[in-house]
Amino acid sequence: MARSTPDIPNASMADIAFLLLTFFLVTTTIANDKGLQLQLPPPPEAQPPEDVKIQERNMFKIQVNSSDALLVEGEPMDDVSGLKEQIKKFVLNRGVDPASSDSPEKAIVSYKTDRGTSHKRFIEILDIIQGAYYDIYADQIGVSNAKFREIASDLTTDDNRRLYEKAREGIPMAISIAEPTKVGGN
Amino acid sequence: MSKFRKKSNVKQDIPTSSMPDVVFMLLFFFMVTTQLRETSIDVMQRIPEASQLRKLQRKSLVTNLYIGEPKKTEQFGKEPKIQAGDVFIEPKDIILWVNREKDKLPENERDQLTVSLKVDNEAKRGIIADVETELRRANARKLLYTTLQTRDDKK
Repeated sequence: MARSTPDIPNASMADIAFLLLTFFLVTTTIANDKGLQLQLPPPPEAQPPEDVKIQERNMFKIQVNSSDALLVEGEPMDDVSGLKEQIKKFVLNRGVDPASSDSPEKAIVSYKTDRGTSHKRFIEILDIIQGAYYDIYADQIGVSNAKFREIASDLTTDDNRRLYEKAREGIPMAISIAEPTKVGGN
Repeated sequence: MSKFRKKSNVKQDIPTSSMPDVVFMLLFFFMVTTQLRETSIDVMQRIPEASQLRKLQRKSLVTNLYIGEPKKTEQFGKEPKIQAGDVFIEPKDIILWVNREKDKLPENERDQLTVSLKVDNEAKRGIIADVETELRRANARKLLYTTLQTRDDKK
């Protein structure tokens, strides 16, 4: 008797394998390594006692208190939608308005919080400040904000490095994050 | 004679059609289990949203610090804590921790270590500022506040 060997149909196997592969590709959450980048200043001990006078006009003061309320240049602000434009105007003033910055090089955005400020609020404002600078940089080289951030994230190619340096020429991202005050929180 | 002939006609190969299935199954098994073996995070992680995100180039240079309210509040209290690896640490331990992390990197890349701060929405600036001060002392000054992309991104 010719015994037929049992055969499993395997034409669909590739389909199943691909289906599984796709399923895992979609569902696997890759650890999130995106966010707001920042360079911290040198250690407090290493800094020589500062005697540098920064002119009032070159300083854009942003303060957030322990109940997350915002103070911009001494004025309370509820709606943050206009803040980005205000910062851009301040940085690119180039001495036109006597109450605003001398030049982009001298402009400093000072950001002070309280120990009781929530991280959510801190990130929200920091996002706006950095966004203002990225907008300026992107304008310098005529690309979109998103494209500039892409370039800035990958400085391994010469092309990107050149564009990045051109964008930042004369406009340092001077965000000063001050030691928080001790009103709220521990 | 005929008896021997008959025997040599019998098929002797093992069916191999299911072997790829087995291989894939093993692959997926390991994919899933390696995910599970990652450090479990014992602090709340409601990550804030922002729009101006930047990507980190090299993952090998990144090390994580988790800050937030402990998940087991009855055991650890409600005050936000710092988690490094598997343990809770105090701000004063950060210099030591940074140096250990730096030791894991090749010598020429130690100054490029980036600390990724994964901070809960409700954590206060106070504890984060303490961490930042210690990071400055430890000379690990590249920092990343991990955030999610804002959903209504206007860009």
